[in-house]
Amino acid sequence: MNASSDVGYHAQRQARWHYGEAAFWLVVLACGFLFPTRYLIMTDILRLALFAMSLDLILGYAGIVSLGHAAFFGAGAYAAGLLALHGIINEPVLALIVAGVVAMVLGFATSFLVIRGVDLTRLMVTLGIALLLEALAERFSNITGGTDGLQGIEMQPIFGEIPFDMFGKAGFFYSLAVLFVLFLLARRIVHSPFGLSLRAIKNNPLRAAAIGIPVNRRLIAIYTLAAFYAGIAGALFTQTTAIASLDVFAFDRSADLMLVLVIGGTGYLYGGLIGAVLFRLLQELFSTITPQYWQFWIGLVLVVIVLVGRQRLHRWMLYVPNLVIKQIAGRKAVVAVPESDS
Amino acid sequence: MTSILTNLFDGVAYGMLLFVLACGLAVTLGLMNFVNLAHGAFAMAGGYVCMVLVNRMGWPFFAALPLAFVSAAAIGIVLERLLYRHLYARSHLDQVLFTIGLTFMSVAAVDYIQGSSRVFINLPAALQGQFDLFGVGIGRYRLMIIVICGLLTIALQMVLAKTRFGSRLRAAVDDPRAASGLGINVPQVFAFTFAFGCGLAGLGGALSAEILGLDPYFPLKFMIYFLIVVTVGGSSSITGPFLASLLLGIGDVAGKYYVPKMGPFVIYTMMIVILIWRPNGLFGRTAAR
Repeated sequence: MNASSDVGYHAQRQARWHYGEAAFWLVVLACGFLFPTRYLIMTDILRLALFAMSLDLILGYAGIVSLGHAAFFGAGAYAAGLLALHGIINEPVLALIVAGVVAMVLGFATSFLVIRGVDLTRLMVTLGIALLLEALAERFSNITGGTDGLQGIEMQPIFGEIPFDMFGKAGFFYSLAVLFVLFLLARRIVHSPFGLSLRAIKNNPLRAAAIGIPVNRRLIAIYTLAAFYAGIAGALFTQTTAIASLDVFAFDRSADLMLVLVIGGTGYLYGGLIGAVLFRLLQELFSTITPQYWQFWIGLVLVVIVLVGRQRLHRWMLYVPNLVIKQIAGRKAVVAVPESDS
Repeated sequence: MTSILTNLFDGVAYGMLLFVLACGLAVTLGLMNFVNLAHGAFAMAGGYVCMVLVNRMGWPFFAALPLAFVSAAAIGIVLERLLYRHLYARSHLDQVLFTIGLTFMSVAAVDYIQGSSRVFINLPAALQGQFDLFGVGIGRYRLMIIVICGLLTIALQMVLAKTRFGSRLRAAVDDPRAASGLGINVPQVFAFTFAFGCGLAGLGGALSAEILGLDPYFPLKFMIYFLIVVTVGGSSSITGPFLASLLLGIGDVAGKYYVPKMGPFVIYTMMIVILIWRPNGLFGRTAAR
């Protein structure tokens, strides 16, 4: 077996569906039937998961650190809100895609600013763009409703058939379907040669360029795609909650998103999904203990995670599952171990 | 005409204040290449210490200012020795996550101890109101800020350029390995500088309660301003951040006065444009090695 077919073999093995993955999605689906009183929080987790997956695409796979990912979330949210409010596109799925495309265009336009420079410049530029959009949304309050936000959004039934109900059941399954479809797409992308080239860029941009990967074009492409995903997440937010206010652009949102991804682990697609669940559970836990000061504990979690070291933490967390798998299957673990990133 | 001069005066005072607040960050971010988003938390600590001393314990304002400096510096050195120094060699992502975590903790902690509303420091009568100088309205408090911050700037420049410690710091920044080879205790120099920067931020925080407003969300609200000062000013000397703070201060005051509807829009746009045009700052050289 020569080297290139060897690489291809391993890449394909990696890309194959595991039983664990199927089980994961079945559990998620089952949650929809098991907890009929919790649709709102579960929908919230799904949105967050999609948003985190979007950040993972650029942070975990391409190594772009962003502090302003809420910019695209906000763009998608306002786009979906305005489309529904003015009755331009009434069909939610179509509006969702259009909102995603709006965010995508924004992502494409700003990607040229972001790919320049080192980490620090990227942090500042992404942060600046999100703040800029927030300032713009506040400035053009006749369009965006200013600090009050967009009010009186009424969603039409999905495909003209399934209406959004007040318990959020339709919203939950709608969000789940969107998340799953986009997950499949992302899964296909990260396992494609394109996705592999992104990892090469993340590990060493100079070497990647030396073996003929067009670094800048790849980064622009993935940034644009991530913006699309974030836009969809934002649009889902507006469609399932029927509000869009200035806080969709807030810095807290981008910062929380980082935490979600750090809890779940970067560099594998389930990181965002698992992180979203854990983050919301933590948040619920902290806000039941101290309703006003939960931010303190969230901050503490961040500090501890960084001090302990993200990789070490994930090794610890995967220790028990790995042990079990080893005992039962008699082989090395199938639980995805996140790649190291630095 | 006089309104222009008054605005200019206010802008200069504002800019000077930003400089004192941010110049510690210029050292950590620009020179030590550590992304410290929690810098505003030290400023807030100094502000609240000053507030408690003056309002609750009846200290005179000018006696409380040095204590604001000392307490913020003390917090700074403790955190540096305990936590920060483990993260100098980590990736920027880790540093960002860590300092965001610290910022969140500080916001919630201050909110818990002092409440979430804006606090004011009782000023002595001598600092209140304003007087006219050739028809230009001069706020006494702002004049004091310009004097204090101006003196501090000169002192800083002297320390950096003339003293032994200044040359050690410059050597440690230029090439840490060579500097430690020459017998300079680089971690100690950095720790001291970090603490001093935090102290300055604390002093700035105490001074800024009147102008910028002091509440638990201070570190988040003004984080972007500090970052702008450092990135626009570069880090090769303290003149870069100083000029950048003045520009930012005057620009912000004038912007709020003449085009209030544009809000912070102008400043963010300016920052992005400058970062794209000169990634190392207007007056700077490269910080990343």
